Amino acid sequence: MTALKQHAQAPERLRRPRPGPRRVRRDWRGWQFVGPFAFVFVFVFIAPLAYALWLSLFQNRLVGGNVFVGLENYRTALADPQFWDGALRVGLFLLVQVPVMLLLALIAALSIDSARLYASGLFRLVIFLPYAVPAVVAVLMWGFIYGNQFGLAADLNGLLGSDLITPFAPKWILASLGNIVTWEFVGYNMLIFYSALKTIPHELYEAAEIDGATRFQVVKAIKLPAARGAIVIATIFSIIGSFQLFNEPNVLNPLADNVITSYFTPNMYAYNLSFAGQQYNYSATIAIIMGLITAVIAYVVQLRGTRREDR
Amino acid sequence: MSTYRTINPRVRRPSSVAKPRKSIGLTIAMGLFLAYALVPLGWLAINATKTQPDLFSGSGLAFGDSFALWDNIVQTFAYNDGIFLRWLGNTLLYVVVGAGGATLLATLAGYGLAKYAVPGRKAYFAVVLGAIAVPGTALAVPTFLLFSQLGMTNTPWAIIVPSLISPFGLYLIWVYTLESVPKELLEAARMDGASELRIFLTISVKLLTPGIVTVALFAIVATWNNYFLPLIMLSDPDWYPLTVGLNQWSQQASGVAAEPIFNLVLTGSLLTIVPIVAIFIVLQRFWQSGLSAGSVKG
Repeated sequence: MTALKQHAQAPERLRRPRPGPRRVRRDWRGWQFVGPFAFVFVFVFIAPLAYALWLSLFQNRLVGGNVFVGLENYRTALADPQFWDGALRVGLFLLVQVPVMLLLALIAALSIDSARLYASGLFRLVIFLPYAVPAVVAVLMWGFIYGNQFGLAADLNGLLGSDLITPFAPKWILASLGNIVTWEFVGYNMLIFYSALKTIPHELYEAAEIDGATRFQVVKAIKLPAARGAIVIATIFSIIGSFQLFNEPNVLNPLADNVITSYFTPNMYAYNLSFAGQQYNYSATIAIIMGLITAVIAYVVQLRGTRREDR
Repeated sequence: MSTYRTINPRVRRPSSVAKPRKSIGLTIAMGLFLAYALVPLGWLAINATKTQPDLFSGSGLAFGDSFALWDNIVQTFAYNDGIFLRWLGNTLLYVVVGAGGATLLATLAGYGLAKYAVPGRKAYFAVVLGAIAVPGTALAVPTFLLFSQLGMTNTPWAIIVPSLISPFGLYLIWVYTLESVPKELLEAARMDGASELRIFLTISVKLLTPGIVTVALFAIVATWNNYFLPLIMLSDPDWYPLTVGLNQWSQQASGVAAEPIFNLVLTGSLLTIVPIVAIFIVLQRFWQSGLSAGSVKG
């Protein structure tokens, strides 16, 4: 078992880039490579971000025009029940949908990597395929399927002689969205995990076999530790994705008889504030608060993930 | 070696950890995953063959009375003076310039950060990777206001320029460079007097090809599927990509002047995913070889 553990650490060590033993001189030649990216990056990331921060400190009033109000927009937002309604909803979505999706993705990746599947290449391809489908098309498709006009929900209800299946009912709508998001991204996460598993040197499995390890032990002692970095990354991406939830509810709403409110998610709220309500300053404030919450949670997950890695 | 075997007599030769036997049970269980992935796509493919009346009669997973796929395709392209073709062209423009540019910039920058002690490298990394955590929508409103002041909204540039940045692509190329471009090779080329750019173009690009294809694949998917950015940036339907156009068609079904064209929405959706799925399958082959090559090396 100790031999196994030592082996298990090997891929980690291999993959982690180490700074070379000697300090390299500062090298301006590199800027011809990194310069163009940096230039565009400043234009489409830094400038809008700075602009959003600036906007959030002002208010556009009927009398007096554009006035500096300090942190008042933030105070308003933190006491805004519509903002909290959306924020708590994506929080709930995050706590349920992300673990379910990542667990499914991990099971799929381990199965494909186990070399025990027939036609494993087909599985890898088909499970990933939904990721290539545009969110708009995915939502239209599922929205029609959920629908009672010509969807599968209608078929199932007809078959059961009931109307039990109502994906658009207010109490089910979040689960219905969760299913769409899971469908879209489970294959993407599977691929992230699978790529990490693929980097494990085959000798490790041979060594494990010599040690008499069972499949379960191999998964626990070799595969999961090797995939840990990928799991942390996938978790962070999923958290960011959940907090950004916009496309799915926005496209689904007209199909779902408008059960989705204009403040269903913080992003929808921010969007509707600026493009329906022209409240640009307040909208920027909401966006910044959500950005901050996302960054903090992503950072905490990363810290926890890496700390465990160092153990 | 043999002592270990005798200690663990339960290890059977035919199905081992290193060389396992195929399992029918596992394959069938995983078939559920396949079904989950394929049923909606199959539903779409079947229903794109139906006329509008057929859609409302009969089961969603059975074909209708008539097979109208070809008619639907013709109608989709003819509807509203062929606006669908225009949207397809726009999407291609955004993908070629946007995703192409994103791949180029991410490759150059990821490589540069991995192979040169660029001054400010740590800060560069921190800022770019931190940007992954910034929700796209947090930036959307200010980007829109900024672009509208520059007169860029409602032009293709409003879609292309933000698509040029892929922090994740940069990260992937950085990892890939560290793993697959040996320092010794670059130093040998420098001894021969090759310029840095020449070394990159003749040596490094070849070694990085699988990584570049991967980044291109993700950039293509991201631009082809882009919805939020064009939704806020464009008001002129002539510049819409397929995603925004399709959603507009779908919304036509409700409202005051409702004019439902469900059959065209479904056929249009099918036509939208066919090219991207094809690109993906073609690139996937390319990329799988890169993936397995990488794992042999590992």
